[in-house]
Amino acid sequence: MLHPAVAAFEYHLITYRRTWRGTILTFFVIPAVFLVGMGWMVGGYVDGSSGNGLGASYLAYIAPGLLASTAVQVGIGEGTHAVYSGFHWARTYHMMRASPLTTTDILTGHLGYILVRVTISATGFVLVMGLLGTLGGPRGLLALPAAVLAGFSIAAFVFAYSATISEVALLDVIYRVLVVPLSLFSGVFFPVSRMPAVGQVLAAISPLWHGVELCRAATLGVPTAWGVPAHVGYLLLWTAAGFLVARRAFARRLTD
Amino acid sequence: MDQRAIEVAGLRMSYGRTEVLRGVDLALAAGEVVALLGPNGAGKTTTIEILEGFRAPSAGYVRVLGEEPIHADEVWRSRVGVVLQSWRDHARWRVRELLAHLGEFYRPYSLPERPRPWDTDSLLARVGLADKADRPILGLSGGERRRLDVAVGLVGRPELLFLDEPTAGFDPQARRDFHDLIRGLADEDVSILLTTHDLDEAEKLADRILVLVGGRIVADGSPDDLRRRVSATAEIRWARDGVTHVHATEDPADYLREVLNAPGGQITDLEVRRATLEDAYLSLVRRVESGAPGADDDPARDFLAPEPSLAPAGVGAGATEREPGRDPGRDPGRGQGRELGREREEAR
Repeated sequence: MLHPAVAAFEYHLITYRRTWRGTILTFFVIPAVFLVGMGWMVGGYVDGSSGNGLGASYLAYIAPGLLASTAVQVGIGEGTHAVYSGFHWARTYHMMRASPLTTTDILTGHLGYILVRVTISATGFVLVMGLLGTLGGPRGLLALPAAVLAGFSIAAFVFAYSATISEVALLDVIYRVLVVPLSLFSGVFFPVSRMPAVGQVLAAISPLWHGVELCRAATLGVPTAWGVPAHVGYLLLWTAAGFLVARRAFARRLTD
Repeated sequence: MDQRAIEVAGLRMSYGRTEVLRGVDLALAAGEVVALLGPNGAGKTTTIEILEGFRAPSAGYVRVLGEEPIHADEVWRSRVGVVLQSWRDHARWRVRELLAHLGEFYRPYSLPERPRPWDTDSLLARVGLADKADRPILGLSGGERRRLDVAVGLVGRPELLFLDEPTAGFDPQARRDFHDLIRGLADEDVSILLTTHDLDEAEKLADRILVLVGGRIVADGSPDDLRRRVSATAEIRWARDGVTHVHATEDPADYLREVLNAPGGQITDLEVRRATLEDAYLSLVRRVESGAPGADDDPARDFLAPEPSLAPAGVGAGATEREPGRDPGRDPGRGQGRELGREREEAR
């Protein structure tokens, strides 16, 4: 047999094989419609006759931003109720821990599945971008790994949070405090340079902004704020730190 | 090789300021089936979860298959089977598919003498789900679902199985099938610790019953021991010449002989009723909960081993000597919990 974490990974994959239809709407259709709606409708006003000052059509400007934002939302959304349920309702994690899987196997397996989910959603979005002509050539395909990295980088932290709380209502905090501000103030819809300094600092902390920078660089060929290695490194740092925090939270929750 | 599957002494567990377990001593010999009884909130599930390694105890000595569960490794996990109070997920999975998948977790721990995992189809047949193998789990009845839970606990061919209220929601037939399954496992030398509220079940399945009340083991013995300890009297009821008589006695056989030999008319409706296990259990729980004498320092003393035949016995030869009627191979660990408890007390 392969590594035990692969067995845990397969568990989620098999479950997804039976439930994927229900996820298409949330993680593919809605973002795609959003892109078309914002890009064409809002873009019609933004672009105007004299240009928008963004260096590209509004559609082409927000497409890479929405790609990163979609990936991040999947990375967050799949780590909330699913993880909480694993400890409190379905107790999937307890079932796995009762078998010879380690906490690390269980966590790695589930995160591996999140990586798959983020990749599927991002790939679908990239296809739509291609159809709308907003990829800007083959280089634009690099936006896919960039978005996946951004989405994945935040997943483990959300896992840790969902593993720590004892009230399901506290999951809403993630959506209110994290998801909405993230997508509004991370340079998805307008450049962060137009925000006051405080906003710019918050954007710099947010992994989404780093993902947006990378995706935009891929599709529009524009330079990034910090340089590609710095953005990638920052996102990898989030990924690694999140893993450590989540592993601790999982171990605690499975022995409380 | 350690003959004891479980060994616990002075186990304490507190949640915040609430003390749930207040010094639990218990032991389970390899191959033994022990039922843990107790009212709701007595600490049964907490005890089981500590033994399964899902909870860190506040204090005490805990060894399961020779290891400390909370720190035990994956080899240990592969030797222990867990059936918690119903898993509720996997609705979209099919029965065989789930078992086969979970079985894969155990494959690296397969041994020549104990091949792991348990073959899916023979396990399904064993728990009575062979005809449901291709059904979605969503469509199983409560009893079928529970049997699947048990199968999940067995898929790694455990040496020791924990069953937390295994037959809750079973119909009588399912219950009987389940009891056959458990007895069959016991014959294959699987050690089993189960919790239940069903006294008939405990009586049918268990070699030994432990009663947990108020965070302590207050009784430890065979169902018969338990019954005798609470009430030695039997009630004899008979009718002669249309008149009903009732008599309570400690020696029903002798009294019955007298009744039958006495001159008079035809005896009808003869009935001898011993205290049931339920009577014994309820009276025990009442006595402990009402704070019987000595309940503060050690309520167990009142109930544990009032008769010579129930005195604490060590492993092996000691047990055989004191209990000539019992098969030493089956219960070498009998009374172990009490012995450990006593040692602890002396040490204080």
